[in-house]
Amino acid sequence: MAYSEKVVDHYEHPRNVGSFDKSDESVGTGMVGAPACGDVMKLQIKVNPATGVIEDARFKTYGCGSAIASSSLVTEWVKGKTLDEAAALKNSEIAEELALPPVKIHCSILAEDAIKAAVDDYRKKHLN
Amino acid sequence: MTTPHFPIYMDYSATNPCDPRVVDAMIPWLREHFGNPASRSHAWGWEAEKAVETAREQVADLIGADPREIVWTSGATESNNLALKGAAHFYKTKGKHIITVKTEHKAVLDTCRELERQGFEVTYLDVQADGLLDLEAFKAAIRPDTILASVMFVNNEIGVIQDIAAIGSLCREKGVIFHVDAAQATGRVDIDLKALPVDLMSLTGHKTYGPKGIGALFVRRKPRVRIEAQMHGGGHERGMRSGTLPTHQCVGMGEAYRIAKLEMHEENQRIRALHDRMVAGLKDIEEVFINGHETQRVPHNLNMSFNYVEGESLIMGIKGLAVSSGSACTSASLEPSYVLRALGRSDELAHSSLRMTIGRWTTEEEIDYAIATIKENVAKLRELSPLWEMFKDGIDLSTIQWAAH
Repeated sequence: MAYSEKVVDHYEHPRNVGSFDKSDESVGTGMVGAPACGDVMKLQIKVNPATGVIEDARFKTYGCGSAIASSSLVTEWVKGKTLDEAAALKNSEIAEELALPPVKIHCSILAEDAIKAAVDDYRKKHLN
Repeated sequence: MTTPHFPIYMDYSATNPCDPRVVDAMIPWLREHFGNPASRSHAWGWEAEKAVETAREQVADLIGADPREIVWTSGATESNNLALKGAAHFYKTKGKHIITVKTEHKAVLDTCRELERQGFEVTYLDVQADGLLDLEAFKAAIRPDTILASVMFVNNEIGVIQDIAAIGSLCREKGVIFHVDAAQATGRVDIDLKALPVDLMSLTGHKTYGPKGIGALFVRRKPRVRIEAQMHGGGHERGMRSGTLPTHQCVGMGEAYRIAKLEMHEENQRIRALHDRMVAGLKDIEEVFINGHETQRVPHNLNMSFNYVEGESLIMGIKGLAVSSGSACTSASLEPSYVLRALGRSDELAHSSLRMTIGRWTTEEEIDYAIATIKENVAKLRELSPLWEMFKDGIDLSTIQWAAH
C-alpha cells in the first residue's frame, strides 16, 4: 500500500510530539483507542484561560503511519482555534487533507475523538 | 543513515527469488521445446515427457520419495486441497473426524472449514506458547472415527519445526492418514520419506527458489494411500490431477529441488550464522520478544515483537527493508495475526510484530543494516508512543480501561 505524500511527511517529521503536565489547569488531555486494536492516541491542548483559545498542542500516538499523521495534523490545526472550533473538527476534513484510503478512515475518526476528548477534559476542569 | 536504492529483501517466507540457474533451465521449454508432455505420437511430446519425468525424480530425490509418489499441482494451496479433500472423500466411509492445528496455513484451515460444511468434524488443536504442538494433546484428540490429520512441517509465520516423526508415529499406530504441509520446509530441513511416517506431503516450487505456479503432492505407495481427484479431465497424473503439465514449470521446480539437495547443508549453516547475528543485534533492545521456539525453528525465520511500537508504522520507518508484520494494519481484515494469537500472545504484541525471513542471497552487510535501521526506528517510534511513555512511568497498561474501537 502506498501512502500519500502528506502522510509520509507527517510520519517522518511529526509536528508537536510530546506531553504537557496532565495536572496543569490550562491543559486538556484526550486519550483514545486501545492497544489491542493497534491504535492509541494521546492529544493534549494548552488553553489560554482568558481567551479560551488553544495556544499549543502536543501528541503521542501508537499506531500506523496514518494514525500518526492524523494526530500530528490535528495538533497543527487546533492551534489558534477556540475550544468550540476545535471540537467542531470533522474526521472527513482530516481524511481529505491526508488522502487516506477507506481502510484508514478509522485513523481520522480516532483523531477527531482525541481532540473532542481533550476539549471535554479541559472543560471538566473548568466547570466552575 | 541512507536507504539503499531498493528495499533489501527479507521476506523469503512470502516467496523466494527464482534461482538464475532455475530460470536458465526453464527457458528452452518455453521456447523451442514447447511440446505437450502428454503427446505420445511425436518427438515434441516425448522430449517434454522426458523432461517432466526427470524433474519428478529431482523432486522425489530431495524428500526421499519414489518419483511415482509425486503428483504435480499448481502449488502448495492446491496440494493441500487435493490431499485433504481427496483423502477425506476417499475414506469418508471409515469416519468423519479430522485433526489439524490452529497455526496451519489458511490453505489447510479453510479447506477444513469447507470439509466441515460437507459434514466432516474437525478438531483445531491449540499450540503451546512456543508454537509447538503438544503430543499428548494430539494423542488425546484422536478418536475411533478419526481418518485424517494435517500438521505443517515448518510454520510460515514463526518458522517453528513440528515433530513430524513423532506425530506421524502416533497416526500410524491409530491408522490415521497423515498429511504434512511442507511448503516452507523443503531445502530448509532434511526430509526423508523413506523413514518419516507421512502419507501425504504438500510441496511448492517458489519457496525453494523455483518458479511460482508449480507444486506437488507426495502420495505414499507403500502402504498405499488413496485420494479422490479434485480436478477432473484427461486423467493426467494417474487420474489424481488432470490438466496439461506445464513442462517449463516442472523443469524449474525439479532444478530448484536438485540445487537444494546439493547445497542446503552448506547454505543453512551460512543462514544460521546470519540468523544468530541478527538475534544478537536485536535481542538487547528493551521489551523485545522472539515469537516461536528459539531453537526448534528454521534459521531463515526471525519473528519478533517490539512492544509499544505498532508493526505497520515500524515497517513504514524501516523502508530500506522488505519485511512483513503480524499487525492488523498490514492485512485487509484488520485482525492481528491468528498465528501469534494462537501462541497466546496479546493483541498488542501481535500488532507489534515483525517477520524477517532471510535466504540464499542475504548478506552480512544486509543483516547489519537491518539491525541498525530497526533499532533507530524502534527508538524513534517509542518516543512517539504514549504506551511507551506510560510503561516508562511505571503504569501497568493492563489496569487501564481502554475503549475498544
